[in-house]
Amino acid sequence: MLKDITLGQYFPGDTVAHRLDPRTKILLVVLYIVALFCADSLLAYGILAAVLAVCVRISRVGIRALVRGLKPVVFIIVFTGLLNLFFTPGEHILAEWGFLHVTAEGARNALFMVLRIMLLIMGTFLMTYTTSPISLTDGLERLLNWMKKLHVPVHELAMIMSIALRFIPTLIEETDKIMSAQKARGADFESGGIIQKAKALIPILVPLFISAFRRADELAVAMECRCYHGDEGRTKLHVLQYEGRDYAALALGAVITAGIIALRQFL
Amino acid sequence: MKDAIIETKDLTFSYPADEGAEPALVLKGVDLTIERGSFVVVLGHNGSGKSTLAKTFNGILLPCGGRVYVAGMDTQDENQLLAIRSTVGMVFQNPDNQIVANVVEEDVAFAPENLGVPSQEIRRRVDDALAAVGMSEFVRHAPHLLSGGQKQRIAIAGVLAMEPACIVLDEATAMLDPVGRREVLSAVHRLNQEKGITVVLITHHMNEAEDADRVVVMDDGKVALDGTPREVFTQVDALRSMGLTVPDTVDLLDRLCKDGLDVPLTALTVEACADAIYSAVAK
Repeated sequence: MLKDITLGQYFPGDTVAHRLDPRTKILLVVLYIVALFCADSLLAYGILAAVLAVCVRISRVGIRALVRGLKPVVFIIVFTGLLNLFFTPGEHILAEWGFLHVTAEGARNALFMVLRIMLLIMGTFLMTYTTSPISLTDGLERLLNWMKKLHVPVHELAMIMSIALRFIPTLIEETDKIMSAQKARGADFESGGIIQKAKALIPILVPLFISAFRRADELAVAMECRCYHGDEGRTKLHVLQYEGRDYAALALGAVITAGIIALRQFL
Repeated sequence: MKDAIIETKDLTFSYPADEGAEPALVLKGVDLTIERGSFVVVLGHNGSGKSTLAKTFNGILLPCGGRVYVAGMDTQDENQLLAIRSTVGMVFQNPDNQIVANVVEEDVAFAPENLGVPSQEIRRRVDDALAAVGMSEFVRHAPHLLSGGQKQRIAIAGVLAMEPACIVLDEATAMLDPVGRREVLSAVHRLNQEKGITVVLITHHMNEAEDADRVVVMDDGKVALDGTPREVFTQVDALRSMGLTVPDTVDLLDRLCKDGLDVPLTALTVEACADAIYSAVAK
């Protein structure tokens, strides 16, 4: 049952969206977020939604998968929307029930806020859907390389992240095994209230943690045996290289963002 | 005598003990010379010090007394640590806990990446290493979807990518099913014969020692027996007293011998054993 969990979902494919350098995609998402926060007209949001739609189309991910990504945050979206709708001060009151009143400004704010969050989440998901976790970590490491000068352990963090990703399936498998073992000894994970269920997890978590530490120890020795000694003098099998399409995509992203900011000035 | 790839001189080792307690010696003066290109099996029951011995071969554990030399380099010389570790590669018991990356080729590339090998050269080494263990078709696979034997062969490839002169397998077959064990052993034998890589196989499976050039039996932190498989396995009583079982064939011949049948104990393979019994009975 735990095998169904998908983390850092990635839909393999061979479209332009997949082939772009991970650094390009990260930068594009940053640009997109900047544009979203600068947008303050329906036209701007329309443009940004259209941009996302085109990207989705190119990536062939399918809009349904993206919408599914919104599910966990529905509550936050609705909550922010309502908050903005009812509690934005303004002059043009459209409706009023007791202390709740909807102003024209409120309606506008609520709409923009909801659009902003939805586009932001879908845009970010599009990146994780089209980029494998390893190349994403790789891209982040290269992108944040300059921070090494500030003694930020960028390489170490990237290594931790990729090892964590590597061990997710292993640990899930192990959890499954431990659960079966405990069930065979009469453990009950289904019945009872929340507290009882949480308590029932302890006999799973304890062995899982112990074995995770043992694994970490063995992995560390194995890494040392393979000459791991940190970032110093390390090379890569796959070296990230910007290509024509990356420059084109970045230029396009910059133009659109600039356009959105300009719209803010003129409208 | 051929030149030595690994040489231990009066090697002693103890793990750090709790405060107040006297540290117990795990290795009590081991003198061992492993020749370049040989296939050596180290046998011993649990706690005989065989795994500890293996970990001193590439400086993961440093001797408390005595010295370990790898291709002439002292393992206590920190400046040569990387050279030592890329000379003696080590494969461990649990395949899951030594695979670093979540794509096969990335994992095999891990060691050469650490050594600062240029990208193109890494590519060649990865392809060569995977071909050498017969895993070429799995370049882009996720390791957790492979079988135990396949994972262990990836781990061997990961070590091979350092182009080591010697590979130490520390109970590398212990967690595998018979099929996986056979896969790994035949890959290792091929590396030894075709590429001339020295292999040190640490195990408690007697049968894995049959094809070795040399068998070293560890007991209580010391080398108890040392010789060709024939020489070692004929010492049935000595092996039993150390808590080791002898191979089935030798066990059968030994019992026949004790029953008065005149058979030699030197037949290790099933065929040789059958022939020996046949000729003894026919007499």
